[in-house]
Amino acid sequence: MTRVGGGAGRHRRGPSRRQTKSAACPLRAALTAGLAAVLGVSCAGGAVEKPVTITVLAAASLTDAFTEMGEAFSAEHPEVQVRFNFGASSGLATQVLQGAPGDILAVADQAAADAVVAAGEASAAPQVFAHNSMEIAVPVGNPGGVTGLGDFARPELLIGACAEEVPCGRIGRRLLHRASVAPAIDTNEADVRSLLTKIEAGELDAGLVYRSDVMAGEGAVEGIEVAGAAEVLASYPIVALAGATAREEAQAFVAFVRSGEGQRILTGHGLLAR
Amino acid sequence: MPRRGTSRPPLALVVLAASAVAFVALPLLALAQRAPWRELGSLLVRPAVADALRLSMVTAAATTGVSLLLGVPLAWVLARVEFPGRSLVRALVTLPMVLPPVVGGVALLFALGRRGLVGQWLDAQLGVLLPFSTAGVVVAQTFVAMPFLVITVEAALRGADRRYEEVAATLGASPWTAFRRITLPLVAPGIAAGALLCWARALGEFGATITFAGNLQGRTQTLPLAVFGALESDRDAAVALSLVLVALSLVVLVVLRHRWWVLR
Repeated sequence: MTRVGGGAGRHRRGPSRRQTKSAACPLRAALTAGLAAVLGVSCAGGAVEKPVTITVLAAASLTDAFTEMGEAFSAEHPEVQVRFNFGASSGLATQVLQGAPGDILAVADQAAADAVVAAGEASAAPQVFAHNSMEIAVPVGNPGGVTGLGDFARPELLIGACAEEVPCGRIGRRLLHRASVAPAIDTNEADVRSLLTKIEAGELDAGLVYRSDVMAGEGAVEGIEVAGAAEVLASYPIVALAGATAREEAQAFVAFVRSGEGQRILTGHGLLAR
Repeated sequence: MPRRGTSRPPLALVVLAASAVAFVALPLLALAQRAPWRELGSLLVRPAVADALRLSMVTAAATTGVSLLLGVPLAWVLARVEFPGRSLVRALVTLPMVLPPVVGGVALLFALGRRGLVGQWLDAQLGVLLPFSTAGVVVAQTFVAMPFLVITVEAALRGADRRYEEVAATLGASPWTAFRRITLPLVAPGIAAGALLCWARALGEFGATITFAGNLQGRTQTLPLAVFGALESDRDAAVALSLVLVALSLVVLVVLRHRWWVLR
């Protein structure tokens, strides 16, 4: 699923970003005063370097954590702007294979990262930077009286799952399998966010989602911990892409995500440190 | 009386028209070129594919039936009855054509879902739960596809000669009889065209369906939903399913349109 247009970021990759500021600046400042103001580019001072933009393709479940990550990174590296393209992990990998511009790929699925490596689109081996465990999410008030995975077999309840094609669907099924539960699933949602939306709306009685999603829901859903969830974790690999235009900055971002500061942000959003 | 020049179409128009055809045909050709022709047979007999095919046929037909039942009277009212706010009603019922289908699906959930405006009453009083059911697929498809029938039939009614109805009335026919015996046969080609458009739109419906009715093989997973699922995991199967969808639509549009539209 490609929620965000592949075109995002393309216009930012032109050579103009790297031009020497002395020659091009007066004219461009006049022409693009509005844009310059937005980007915080200052000609008069001359001291501030032109910002480099890096584009991060990230899993939908990282939306909140990485938005904060980008702000913290830019605070530390004022010359670097971070743009995001959030989507389903497999969809993002497909975009990379089809030549979508991007500097970094961070996904919830080793297989998606492996596909990118296999195609020679990765600049290095992917590194795991976080894990995520699964929880049962129920609507506020728990109308179905769900207490554990066993309730997923109750046919009278409306049970949702992620589709088998996406990581949360595979991990959720593995959890159910380990608990020897044959779930009475009523819908296989395209991604974890759409599953969460239907639980929030009270249209589904329960579903398996990431712990970070329950936290992001901020009281719109209730989370129920699952026995054995710690043994079946989602791993999040990150890798700088071979086609990166700002390679140094991309490496710096990867290092930042894996640093103490980056890990603190991730755990603050309910993810587990690497 | 053909004048000189009409026998030979203007070159500019022909070039532009040919460009339009190429624009539409090119992606379809690319799809066919990517198709796993050799494995097509084995891909299409998979249970998930057979289920999706059957479900799409059943729901698109049901959607067309419901749309005919509700949409033809609506088109008649819009075309023949003067009432305040008519243009507003017309805009309202055609709104689903421009609304992103996913938004339509969310709106349907808020209206007919278990906690929805009407849905909670349906659930409590009648025990009817539309989301995540095959009936829910028909609801979602009807929401999106019925406007195509309504505007087509309304246009046909406006273009029809009203004198036949007036004559029928002077000969003693009741308004209902005139509608049945005169109006309906008169605009039958328009109704057929509208029904076809509606059917085709229902067959391709994705956004409202997956949002309102969910995605479960055999119950709510129609062909477009199956294509979407396969796209994530099995590209060949996705292309094969898309070809089925294209071929099916093409056959029905060509055959039925020819039969109903041209021969009448």
